[in-house]
Amino acid sequence: MSTPLLSQGTPPVVRKKISDPLPVRILLIGLTLLFFIGFVFLPLGLVFAQAFQKGWDFYLEAIREPYTIEAVKLTLTTVAIVVPLNAFFGVTAAWAITKFSFPGKAALKTLLDLPFAVSPVIAGLIFVLLLGSRTPFGSWLGEQGIKIIFSTPGIIIATLFVTFPFVARELIPLMEAQGRDEEEAALTLGAKGWQIFGKITLPNIRWGLLYGMILCSARAIGEFGAVSVVSGHIRGQTNTIPLHVEILYSEYNFTASFAVASLLVFLALTTVIVKAVMENRFQKNSSQH
Amino acid sequence: MGIELQNITKKFTDYTALDNISLNIASGELIALLGPSGCGKTTLLRIIAGLESADSGKIILEGKDTTNLPPREKNVGFVFQHYALFRRLNVYENVAFGLKVLPRSKRPSKSEIKDRVEHLLKLVQMEWALKRYPSQLSGGQRQRVALARALAVNPRVLLLDEPFSALDAKVRQELRRWLRKLHDEIHVTSIFVTHDQEEALELADRIVVINKGKIEQQGTPQEVYDHPANAFVYNFLGNVNVFHGRVHEGMVTLGGHSVDAPDELKNSAEKTSQTFVRPHEIGISKIRSEGNDLEGTIREIRLLGGQIGLNIECEGFDQPIDAEIPRELYLNLQLKKGDRVFVTFNKVKVFACDYEI
Repeated sequence: MSTPLLSQGTPPVVRKKISDPLPVRILLIGLTLLFFIGFVFLPLGLVFAQAFQKGWDFYLEAIREPYTIEAVKLTLTTVAIVVPLNAFFGVTAAWAITKFSFPGKAALKTLLDLPFAVSPVIAGLIFVLLLGSRTPFGSWLGEQGIKIIFSTPGIIIATLFVTFPFVARELIPLMEAQGRDEEEAALTLGAKGWQIFGKITLPNIRWGLLYGMILCSARAIGEFGAVSVVSGHIRGQTNTIPLHVEILYSEYNFTASFAVASLLVFLALTTVIVKAVMENRFQKNSSQH
Repeated sequence: MGIELQNITKKFTDYTALDNISLNIASGELIALLGPSGCGKTTLLRIIAGLESADSGKIILEGKDTTNLPPREKNVGFVFQHYALFRRLNVYENVAFGLKVLPRSKRPSKSEIKDRVEHLLKLVQMEWALKRYPSQLSGGQRQRVALARALAVNPRVLLLDEPFSALDAKVRQELRRWLRKLHDEIHVTSIFVTHDQEEALELADRIVVINKGKIEQQGTPQEVYDHPANAFVYNFLGNVNVFHGRVHEGMVTLGGHSVDAPDELKNSAEKTSQTFVRPHEIGISKIRSEGNDLEGTIREIRLLGGQIGLNIECEGFDQPIDAEIPRELYLNLQLKKGDRVFVTFNKVKVFACDYEI
């Protein structure tokens, strides 16, 4: 069969960008740069300067100190538990909000932002009030030998709460933009719910999901306020990295404090770099419809 | 019988999308659901596919009552308006999807799936694009892959939602003819939804005209075009001049002009009427031939492909008359803007307005 059908689409039109006058651009770029130097580069540089003030050996010693190692372990454990759980909750929430219509949907969407709006200290207090040993539920748990507040589960729960919105907020706009067409197509082709999710929905959202998980990790590593309230600051047991930094600092052990802080900076930089790489891929992927 | 729809009704909170629709479609027929946007035609298609549920009524596909079956058990092929190809899967995987999700007991072997997918892609002339992703295909190509994907599961019926609306004019026409040819080869009972009368007239075995959730008329393209059942259908199927007038003693007034009333209105009491004349059913000449000819002035001349469109202002008519004449006639008459011409209505259709204005 000869085929006249293969007409190709027209190539995309390249538009010339309209730009602001040069002085305006210089001013804006200059201001941004100045702000960055003053508020980001300088303080970050100082962290490292302080950390290495007493030399490389002292730095290593501060980091190898058992309490520091315990704090790193606790922080990483928290991240390892919180991020997968919030990825799951986030996908569930985003799925429910974008693929179904039900009463109270708008309210649910708004409430998702609550953990961002509430001060982390209050977030911590909520769980102390809910699960502390003086509350009925908390004392019942205590009788069962389960300790939540002032121990690792409390830290995990508080971090879960604080970092809950990241994944869902990343996915909702994405899933809304993608619509339900592909899922409906899969449905008419005979796919079951889990097949549709695994073969269609998940591959479509995977970059957004990973991106949300990275943001979630960054926040889980750095969370101070909520964790501070529920942790009890027991060295070697319930101290995360940010809490450990604070303790060292309040003991006037500045160099050690900054050495540990530099670990946090290092973790933060890593997530930012991974995020940038992902963002690049994410945009490339979502632009090819 | 391919598809039987019995008394389908669907109400949304603020309006009725489908009002007691009943329709029979024979096996192997290609049907167009034609209507303006918002008339309920897409809702009807989605209800047949099970993507939406009707408030009441029955859907029988190939003798099997599928009203309450979930969409994945209905076994219908659905081609979406924007194709809804799986963007993360390549063309092969898209087409194979419906076979690969079958339960193990019904799933064909790998090599059978491969044969079937390749056969289908050959059928839609896309066998060269196995490894391509949807984003690398043009609109028309995506459309054909979507069609192959829908056919892969051997659907009882094929449903197409505005299949050509997202394509540019030339591709649309090519694809239209190609789809007609394909249908003649595979004979699967098909319904397509469209708001484009030309598409419906060219492609369908039968046209069902829908307006405001109700069927206005159904019939072959010829029947529907030549004998529109009512003013809506006449208006919707192609360009038309509408003249408001009155039926009076066997005559219909059109502006300052009058024509014989149709038989069914010959003896009726005086009432208002709408008279329809298609632009290409109007004759134009420079000399008065019969006493009944109408005189007017050409206000505008437009080139419409092979035809020439004239906009003629006639005395006694509140709006100008659109006429279409062959290019040759136009050249022979040497018409110019401002010329006086005589207008003849070759075919006139009068509908009485049942309500008084």
